Amino acid sequence: MATLRVPPAVPSPQEDCEQLHKAFEGWGTNEKLIISVLAHRNAAQRKAIRDAYQATYGKDLLESLLHETHGDFEKIVLLWTLEPSERDALLANEAATKWHPANRVLIEIACARSSQDLFTVRCAYHKQYKRSLEEDVAAHTKADFRKLLLPLVSAYRYEGEEVNMHLAKSEAKLLHDKISDKAYSDEEVIRVLTTRSKPQLIATFNQYNNEFGNPINKDLKSDPKDDYLAALRAVVRLICCPEKYFEKVIRLSLNKLGTDETALTRIVATRAEVDLKLIKEVYQSRNSVPLENAVKHDTHRHYEDMLLALLGSDQN
Amino acid sequence: MADETLSLKKAFSGHGGFGVDETTMAAMVTKWRKQPDQKSRFRSDFSGFFTKIGSIEKCEDDYLLRLKTEFSRFKNIMVLWLMHPWERDARWMHHVMHKSYPFTVIVEIACTRTSEELLGAKRAYQALFNHSVEEDVAYHIKESYSKLLVGLVSSFRYEGPQVDNDMAKWEAKALGNVIKSSGSGKLIQNEEVIRILTTRSKRHLKATFKHYKELHGKPIEEDLGANLCLQETVKCIDKPAKYFSEAINIAFKEGADKPSKLSLTRVIISRADVDMEEIKETYHKQFGVKLEDMITKNTHGHYKDTLLTLIGK
Repeated sequence: MATLRVPPAVPSPQEDCEQLHKAFEGWGTNEKLIISVLAHRNAAQRKAIRDAYQATYGKDLLESLLHETHGDFEKIVLLWTLEPSERDALLANEAATKWHPANRVLIEIACARSSQDLFTVRCAYHKQYKRSLEEDVAAHTKADFRKLLLPLVSAYRYEGEEVNMHLAKSEAKLLHDKISDKAYSDEEVIRVLTTRSKPQLIATFNQYNNEFGNPINKDLKSDPKDDYLAALRAVVRLICCPEKYFEKVIRLSLNKLGTDETALTRIVATRAEVDLKLIKEVYQSRNSVPLENAVKHDTHRHYEDMLLALLGSDQN
Repeated sequence: MADETLSLKKAFSGHGGFGVDETTMAAMVTKWRKQPDQKSRFRSDFSGFFTKIGSIEKCEDDYLLRLKTEFSRFKNIMVLWLMHPWERDARWMHHVMHKSYPFTVIVEIACTRTSEELLGAKRAYQALFNHSVEEDVAYHIKESYSKLLVGLVSSFRYEGPQVDNDMAKWEAKALGNVIKSSGSGKLIQNEEVIRILTTRSKRHLKATFKHYKELHGKPIEEDLGANLCLQETVKCIDKPAKYFSEAINIAFKEGADKPSKLSLTRVIISRADVDMEEIKETYHKQFGVKLEDMITKNTHGHYKDTLLTLIGK
């Protein structure tokens, strides 16, 4: 699932932080060295390196990275080096405080993390921003979007596998009735999408398809320009098949005239240790070329090297 | 003899109060050993408990049910005393949906526990009942206050010292505006009210309520109309000791219903190790009588002894 490649014999955190320090020394920065270390360590290892760096050189590794790297490479290295919960808290904070209707980062975080991981993000958010994630989302979003996003980021879904088929049938019908009435932000719709467990929801969506002949997302496409409906469709997709959702975001980010580096960086950094391999497979099957080729075509220099390393395709 | 009859009647909850007096009951078995006449006289003297169908004596079914409740108060408090606090809170919340406990119990738990304790209770809930408490509250409770309730149980409030005072002032003003312009029925479903009450930290909310009082000359509770859910939410967040002392008072009132009486056990067990001293002081100030005196007068047996110990007597 993960694309991250860690060498079989990993140097000690002390050795790694000394290498990184070497990469920062003198004129210019040795980006290749940074990539060869950081892009080949998992979250626990990166944390150990950060701690060793702080203990040895008296400052946060992130500070040095901020100082010594630039542009898109800087953004991806910083995001990558953070612990997953800190990273998600950072992304969530940006998304909440600079929120606009087409922004779906909050939905990504709320739906594509486990219940426990989402809670860890909320803890990290407290520590970092001295407020709760919910207060920021509530304060910066409006109307239908707030109705959806607030319970979504506050969710603590049951994580067992049990499914109640009877309930799945009745809630599928409920969703269908509301959608037919165009009551897309009805409380019951929100209730089902934001409180039910993921297995329960998947069963509900399957029942929807069985009963009504259409996958639910097809029925949510009545207005392709409506951002709220797009948000609902994103929720459904991220719960059912996150790799398909992420493939699409990557594909669209690479298709634009110029590349949407923000989206590309975010997805590669957040999924490299999760399911980037699956996302690559979906990409290949959808676009008939490996993702690496598209990345090589559309990105450059150290940013490209870092992406390829995280995709598991560099020479290291 | 008359004394014995009276004390046994009292022991069997014949004169009201909470619990039963197990010691007196056991002593009477010894005293009235091999004296069926004594027992017969007792039965004639206790018409609430015993009646007759023709010439056949029988117990009143209502009274038997009542005895079941009174006998089990001691069992319940002992089990609850040993139970992990997370399990306790999870079961109490579950009872709101499945045993008609009042919804205010959910407000109480969501607002008076720390963020970590509430998380623990939610995890225990999932382990015990295979659903999240949020999904159950959202699904089973379809009242005007549902949205507020779901928001309250979903909260994971920041608990640090930082408060944005300007924001607190602004939100006090905003609440004032909403209260003025909303019908009191609509207030409970107002998005801004729910947002502020369910997401802000407790410190922030206390500051907000303080600013509200300064701005409008009266505490926000007075402007919330007859909205029980909102009142209790504000009270639990701002003055939990007052909330708990009032809950205890309601339990002791004449004609209190079963759920209200259950509050006595719940409050004392859940707060014994937290803020019982403050609750006792508040109770004394508010109702002019000491909590230990109320308990001594109105409860019986091992249940009474346990309560007195828990409140630190």
